[in-house]
Amino acid sequence: MSTILELDGVIAGYGAGDILKGVDLSVEAGTITCLIGPNGAGKSTVLKTVSGLLRPRKGTVTFDGHAIGRLSPKARLLLGIVHVPQERSLFPAMSVWDNLLMGGYLIKDSKVLRDRLDEAVASFPICRARAGEHAGSLSGGEQKQVELARTLVLDPRLILLDEPSIGLDPKSRQLVFESIRALSSSGRTILLVEQNARSGLAASDFAAVMESGRVQLTSTGASLLENPEVARLYLGAGTAGHATVLAPSTDSPGPSARTPGEEPR
Amino acid sequence: MTRWGLGRGGGFFLVLVALPLFGLQHWVVNLLVFVLMYATMSSAWNLVGGFAGYPSLGHAAFFGIGAYTMALMFHGDVLGSGYEPFIMLPVIALVAAAIGVPIALVSMRTRADVFAIVTITFLFMVQTLAFNLRSLTGGSQGISLPIPPFDAATFERPFYYVLVLLLAVAMLLTFGALHSKVGLALVAVRADEDKARGVGVRVTGVKVLAFSVSVGLTAMVGAVWSYYESFIYPQFAVDPLITIAVVLMTFLGGRATLWGPVLGAFILEAGQQTLAYRLGGSQFYLIAYALVFLVIMLVLPRGILPTLEDRLRMRRRAREVDGAQTPAVELLASDEDKVALPHGGRP
Repeated sequence: MSTILELDGVIAGYGAGDILKGVDLSVEAGTITCLIGPNGAGKSTVLKTVSGLLRPRKGTVTFDGHAIGRLSPKARLLLGIVHVPQERSLFPAMSVWDNLLMGGYLIKDSKVLRDRLDEAVASFPICRARAGEHAGSLSGGEQKQVELARTLVLDPRLILLDEPSIGLDPKSRQLVFESIRALSSSGRTILLVEQNARSGLAASDFAAVMESGRVQLTSTGASLLENPEVARLYLGAGTAGHATVLAPSTDSPGPSARTPGEEPR
Repeated sequence: MTRWGLGRGGGFFLVLVALPLFGLQHWVVNLLVFVLMYATMSSAWNLVGGFAGYPSLGHAAFFGIGAYTMALMFHGDVLGSGYEPFIMLPVIALVAAAIGVPIALVSMRTRADVFAIVTITFLFMVQTLAFNLRSLTGGSQGISLPIPPFDAATFERPFYYVLVLLLAVAMLLTFGALHSKVGLALVAVRADEDKARGVGVRVTGVKVLAFSVSVGLTAMVGAVWSYYESFIYPQFAVDPLITIAVVLMTFLGGRATLWGPVLGAFILEAGQQTLAYRLGGSQFYLIAYALVFLVIMLVLPRGILPTLEDRLRMRRRAREVDGAQTPAVELLASDEDKVALPHGGRP
């Protein structure tokens, strides 16, 4: 297994303030990695830093061996990094099919576009079944599936998903996570941010806990689910206390973080 | 294009081409000339107002620009009479489109209601210029064009067939908008301009392109009208009622559809002309316009064709669901109530 994405001492933020205060994270190719943590920990900011919506002030972002920290979002898109934002990004007044076509707007070769559309439809049959309907008339879970299908049109290597299950009922959430696993099994790497930590960890190969702009703990999704401290703080088990710095786990072959307390470079 | 679509389009234009050959009375052919004018202008307006969602109220200004350009070409001895003016129509379209580019660049920085206000302001500016640039336009005295030297028995036919051709061009462009990347981009701009920019659409470019093509078509209709009328006045050449009629026709038939604006023009213009004949020169037909506006807003907020399509789709879906014996309650459920089922909620 090889590392496809690596963040090293990344400091980034909006305006004068820093949100990320030295993030170190590595993501293995073909896996699902989930970022969990309290509101304001910087999870979504990590995704924005990777997709180029935000440029790091310090540190490096490496994708497949190339430093991408200074590249534009479009350049990163062409490298195969696709960001699915938290808010619904479909055009609600356009048909499901037209939304898919908009995903491939930048693709000039019509044959390539056709093949990609076929692949997206094969993975997400809803796109054919409801092709002519307005995307806005679909339920939240269905819309999220169309969003995932739309990312496939760009044939991404790394998909950044920001809270894919937000606002969904349990059944839709399950469906979305099944779709994410299916995307992963087709060889794509997925980095997702999830407030619903239990679902996120259960669906993920690896996970990282973020707090106060740093990655505090990394492990496999399954082992974090069983970690009593994580359960207490993020899974709603026991009495939730205020967020404290977690002890690092050492059993992770996946994403790695430096020991908490170590100063970012 | 489906075979049915091709057949429908071909049949429609065959009927249009054949109609004057059946010895129709002059007033009927005259009515058809005006119906075709409005059908073409509505289809042209639809490219901007329907697809891109920019409700221009300034299109009548370009109708007037086309009309006065034609008149000025005669007065500058650029044109001879006969069929020659028709050959110059593309030049007039280019002139209007060139004027349209800076207007679009400025006005399309605004959206929705503000855009409507900016464009109607432009209309009144052009009207004021038409009234006051006397050396060019003749001011309120109007300006004359040579009487077309066509046989009195079939006087309307050249205008009629040129307008059939212009309508065909407008509908082909609309068809292109429905089946091309540019059209998709325009619809995305209407849906959410910022998201459209986000997925790579060159928003300003497609908007300006749509506006220029649209006003170019409108100017050609204005030019044909001025030659047909042989005398033009500012209050008729740059008339806000033209804009309102065009908008109304597009909304009645259905925005961003191929046939909607044409259907709207055939219903409203035929109705208006008939009412005008019956009620003499009075403006009572404007009351009918207001009533149509009310009916559209209350009964057909999306226009005739989209509403019919929706109803057909719902009926088809209901039949499919009935066939699969799914409880009717699911069909009635609102979006929020929908239960997400695998494969898009379809059993």
